[in-house]
Amino acid sequence: MNADAINDVAARHPDAFRRSPWKRYATPIGILLCILYTFYCSWFFSVAGVLEKANWNLAGAYLADWVSYEIRPDIEFKDNHLTIDYSRFSKLGSNPDPDWVAKQMAIIERQVEAVPAPAVATNKSSQDSFMAPGAPTAEKPAAPSGQSAPAVPETVRENAVVAATVTLGDGQIAVTPKLVTVTRGAETVVFDIAKGSSVTPRTPLPDWIEQRRPGSTAYVSFGFLGRAEVQNDEVVAWRRFFGWANFVFDTNSPFWGKPFSEVASLIVAGARIDPSRSNAALAWDNILNNAEWQHGDVWLKLLQTIVMAFVGTVLASIVAFPLAFLAARNVTPSGIANQVTKRFFDFLRSVDMLIWALFFTRGFGPGPLAGMSAIFFTDTGTLGKLYSEALENIDDKQREGIRSVGATPAMVQRYGVLPQVLPVFLSQSLYFWESNTRSATIIGAVGAGGIGLKLWEAMRTNTNWANVFYMVLLILLVVFIFDSISSYLRRKLMGTVANSNDERRVSARPPAAQIA
Amino acid sequence: MSATEIYRAPALSPEGATVERHWRDLAARRRLYTIGGLVFLFLALSGSLWFANETNAGKFFDRLPHVADFFAELKPRDWFDPARALFDLPSPYDDGSLKFDYPEGRVYLTQSIYIPEYFHRMVETLNIALFSTLVGATFGFLLCFFAAGNITASRWLRFFTRRFLEIVRAFPEIVIAGFFLAIFSLGPIPAIIAVSIHTVGALGKMFFEVVENADMKPEEGLRAVGANWVERVWFGIVPQVLPNFISYFLLRFEINVRASTILGAVGAGGIGESLRLSIGRGHEAKTIAIVFLLFCTIVAVDQLSAWLRHRLVGRQAFAYGRGE
Repeated sequence: MNADAINDVAARHPDAFRRSPWKRYATPIGILLCILYTFYCSWFFSVAGVLEKANWNLAGAYLADWVSYEIRPDIEFKDNHLTIDYSRFSKLGSNPDPDWVAKQMAIIERQVEAVPAPAVATNKSSQDSFMAPGAPTAEKPAAPSGQSAPAVPETVRENAVVAATVTLGDGQIAVTPKLVTVTRGAETVVFDIAKGSSVTPRTPLPDWIEQRRPGSTAYVSFGFLGRAEVQNDEVVAWRRFFGWANFVFDTNSPFWGKPFSEVASLIVAGARIDPSRSNAALAWDNILNNAEWQHGDVWLKLLQTIVMAFVGTVLASIVAFPLAFLAARNVTPSGIANQVTKRFFDFLRSVDMLIWALFFTRGFGPGPLAGMSAIFFTDTGTLGKLYSEALENIDDKQREGIRSVGATPAMVQRYGVLPQVLPVFLSQSLYFWESNTRSATIIGAVGAGGIGLKLWEAMRTNTNWANVFYMVLLILLVVFIFDSISSYLRRKLMGTVANSNDERRVSARPPAAQIA
Repeated sequence: MSATEIYRAPALSPEGATVERHWRDLAARRRLYTIGGLVFLFLALSGSLWFANETNAGKFFDRLPHVADFFAELKPRDWFDPARALFDLPSPYDDGSLKFDYPEGRVYLTQSIYIPEYFHRMVETLNIALFSTLVGATFGFLLCFFAAGNITASRWLRFFTRRFLEIVRAFPEIVIAGFFLAIFSLGPIPAIIAVSIHTVGALGKMFFEVVENADMKPEEGLRAVGANWVERVWFGIVPQVLPNFISYFLLRFEINVRASTILGAVGAGGIGESLRLSIGRGHEAKTIAIVFLLFCTIVAVDQLSAWLRHRLVGRQAFAYGRGE
């Protein structure tokens, strides 16, 4: 090709060689606009300020909470001994004595106040004092047994904890009434404790210990394994364990803490724990009513979400089906009827699902009826629109054929139109069933019932991230199952690999299977 | 089928009779399946309705008359009041309560020019949707080529990219929003992050399907003259898939406007929050104003996007609701 030929080609196709500047620079202009818009948005939402104020430490802790839990022994300094408490709803049950808290006991002498002994026994800490006497409490290792009430201060001799060692992986906290030794790896720091006034390290602090003011509380970090606070009257340690605590049975269950084999043998052959019902029934009841995980409630709410999506989509399909015939201009030749039905679909669709959900939550009260109605209203619009578009795209030859043999109008629809569109209709309904399972979760959170609300409540407390993760896994599982069912059915229906999201390809294809 | 009973072949050959018999068997079985399916659907539907009614706070038939009550309660004092609420004009009924404090929410640009509160909120929601669609599309664009079988040869890379996109798409938006609400406190940023993350998965999937359907001839031409991977993708694939990408982008934007409204209602700012508050507090004029504004915006966004998509790719990507 010589220069003349090139010039010739260029002269014949000027727009291919000298495109308008707008076309030539479309890509850089587009990218520039996107960058400018990004700047505008970061100003509009003041992104920098929000990121600066964000609490990133919390993010790590919350993420860790998804798959792990903490246990908090609370070691209090007394004059010559220690007391070890666990938080009130400890995951270790009512009488914790974990092997990672080593205790050294000794006979000590101490003054007992002039208070009746039973009161001393229940009045262990301010936290526990609110409890009813019979309630399960964290027992003090050195709980004084019930002596008769002495009227005057009295010296008693008893067995009490004089030293405790908390092990956190390669870290260790050794506590005695006057001295706390913290070890992490090869580094060791010793703190002198002046009870009620100060915490003083003997050596300079490494970077994993923080003390904001001399003498104040020292914050010790052991990474993922836990953390501790050395205060002037107590040492609080948080030991983190991987996994979900008490997932099957909670600490109030008689099956709690038993290995699987023992639980199984109890259920199959054990003597009745509760005389009124079998062990299997008791175990099932304990699982459903697990106080920490609330399995029964979570499953019920999940079922509500599934039901919301299912009923909403089915009812929407049933209502949209006849209306779509009214809206399709090749089926119903009346322009007014077409327009009215189509605008009605647009109205239902454009009033957002959120608005319907809020309205029906007011109307029906919180629960699945509201969510179901919201999905029903929105999807009647969407499915009606899609159905009528499918109807308008049908092949007219089949209809003409049926009509030419003298069939009634109803017969023409039944044998000329329906076989062409029914697989498309069903496939679209199935697709919306699947996608509504997802949206039902979200509108649940505004009060329309189902797992969404439960999820939202669990998140707002900021303490139940493991429960959140549990529910997320359940939702993912349900979505996955329904995805598979729906795409399997659609594949059967279309006789081809129906692409889950690409409806246009599906509707362009002639339907291979007819539903009689 | 009645049509076959009208027409009877006078005499069938033995082979013909066998075919006829098989066809009848087939039709009978298909009819049985259809009836069985319908019965199953009916049972499932009635069971579900019963269950939903049992677990709802109010029973359907008890509450049904009161659903209309709520719409009646929405009637404002006079029909100009929603307009005043919409444009933040002072109301004659102002009694100092939250119900009629329309001018309170004005966002002043200068001394005298202001944006009415709900318009500002609506812009916020639209910005959340557009910005997160943009972020999601950017990452989806970058990832989609690694998931496409005709561009990326490594089976593992493809596998992991696809699984990543799937997980990101299926993860409930509300959990991501809730998690970042805990870190950032209330505001639109958690909604942006949640919607963006979901959009990466959704658009990434649409994008790589488009790429897999692309014509490979330009790519082969570039390969023949020794172009590297980036050049082949940028000059061979991107120009032909870009109209479809933009069309999906617009479709996603429509969906994200709705999603960010809903996330707003659970605490992430924007018009959704205003709507939830005004419905919850029973402020009828404000509710009508917000619903009207939201309705108009969604219609406008849908129409604009449909028009643009029509211009870009013709009728082929012309359906709302694809690609959740």
